[in-house]
Amino acid sequence: MTKITKDEVKHVAHLARLSITEEEAEKFAGQLGAIITFAEQLNELDTTNVPPTTHVLDMKNIMREDKSVDGLPLEDVLKNAPDHQDGQVKVPTILE
Amino acid sequence: MALFEHKLADLQELLHKKEITVTDLVKESYARISEVDSKVQAFLALNEDRALAQAKELESKLGQTDNGLLFGMPIGVKDNIVTKDLRTTASSKILGNFDPIYDATVVNKLQAADAITIGKLNMDEFAMGSSTENSHFQKTKNPWNLETVPGGSSGGSAAAVAAGEVPFSLGSDTGGSIRQPASFCGVVGLKPTYGRVSRFGLIAFASSLDQIGPITRNVEDNAYMLQAIAGLDPNDSTSANVAVPDYRKALTGDIKGLRIAVPKEYLGEGVSEEVRQSILAALKVLEGLGATVDEVSLPHSKYGVATYYLLSSSEASANLARFDGIRYGYRAENAENLIDLYKKTRAEGFGDEVKRRIMLGTYALSSGYYDAYYKKAQQVRTLIKQDFDQIFEQYDVVVGPTTPTPAFKIGENIDDPLTMYANDILTIPVNLAGVPGISVPAGFSKGLPLGLQIIGKHFDESTVYRVAHAFEQATDHHKQRPGL
Repeated sequence: MTKITKDEVKHVAHLARLSITEEEAEKFAGQLGAIITFAEQLNELDTTNVPPTTHVLDMKNIMREDKSVDGLPLEDVLKNAPDHQDGQVKVPTILE
Repeated sequence: MALFEHKLADLQELLHKKEITVTDLVKESYARISEVDSKVQAFLALNEDRALAQAKELESKLGQTDNGLLFGMPIGVKDNIVTKDLRTTASSKILGNFDPIYDATVVNKLQAADAITIGKLNMDEFAMGSSTENSHFQKTKNPWNLETVPGGSSGGSAAAVAAGEVPFSLGSDTGGSIRQPASFCGVVGLKPTYGRVSRFGLIAFASSLDQIGPITRNVEDNAYMLQAIAGLDPNDSTSANVAVPDYRKALTGDIKGLRIAVPKEYLGEGVSEEVRQSILAALKVLEGLGATVDEVSLPHSKYGVATYYLLSSSEASANLARFDGIRYGYRAENAENLIDLYKKTRAEGFGDEVKRRIMLGTYALSSGYYDAYYKKAQQVRTLIKQDFDQIFEQYDVVVGPTTPTPAFKIGENIDDPLTMYANDILTIPVNLAGVPGISVPAGFSKGLPLGLQIIGKHFDESTVYRVAHAFEQATDHHKQRPGL
């Protein structure tokens, strides 16, 4: 079984911007290890020269006509913002 | 008799004969919700004032030549489909106070077809789950047995239709999330071909798999609803530029000579005896109607679940990066700096299953693991798709159970992700291949419904509907109602 360590869980949680407690890291380490082990059954299959599926339909990029449209009204943009001031979304200090 | 016992075409006839009004239909929805939703807990938000106003407006238009295909029909909408000014949470705390500023394309299309939005339906958080137990807000119950789950992730959408709260609902299906709850709740649920229905305004889970589709009490109504929502959308570059046929023309009842394939993997290990027996009985019905039934093999089926969890979680880890507490949604308090704000917001805003999948996806995509997990899964996806391509060279549809078992008890699988994932073993390959699939009622086991799954070729929903309709007309499973 592929073991995922608590430290690996903490690293992945950091990459995914999730704060995590010691207990959670412990719990998720066991669960993620079990899921990854399960997923490794795919290694039973020889996939040499099998192209990866990037799209299930034979579809190409579709470009719209390049013309300008109005942006959203400020009122709509700020409607769901947790905090805003003077027509701007307000966030905590970024630079320390 | 409740009005919703009638199919759409009959309801519209009653409307035109002035025996009922649109207001009667809308009121029946809200009356039924008042009566049973404290038990079923399918709805998260109601749209009553606007729905009644819209009903009045439609009544003044009745009989005009531009009456829409779904004129006056009450519809429930899964809560991951955005509705302007009507709370849309995807059953997550992180969107607990989110009021969208626009309507999803499917919602616009339903409105253009003169349907009426009744409210928003509970689901597993961000559509991740098979039981609707992962909702942050409430646990929806299966109307057939309140101690069992309705399935998921579109559990609210299926339960609301089964309970007679609405005759129509929208769900979304990434690995079985329309078909599995439809099966568990004894209703009809279709996952259309990838690209058939616009996803503009669907809160994205796994973009190479997600598809919106209709849940109804019968196949004919389902075809009407797909008719109204299908088609190319300039706002969704994955929606396909393929003509939408008249699906109702497919409902002939005639399947003579139709070639049906039954994959042996769909009746094998892991599939319960009661489900096997009901599907064997269904195959007899289809043969009796003149179709030929052959056993075939989809040899890579058993790799579907592993492939799906790697791909869908990887895509989810990217899609859910947008929930950061800045522009909309929940924001944690007492953050020291921006990174801390992101981390606290997401840790407090997401439930455990969502976190598990974000971390699994982040792991599978991270440096050094990408080829071993993500790329490998994309290659196996190709093999699974090729299985279907080969079968469809010789057969019109593939048929099997929708789920390996009937609905399970609430709480039974919640602490065991892998057992929960195994529920979707028969529906996941359909999403991976991008083909359409429907679940129709096919019997009961100990009072719980079982579903027959019918899978078709890309963009051949017509043949899927033809078989589903012929089967439905030859059986009476869909006429049974839960004793709520």
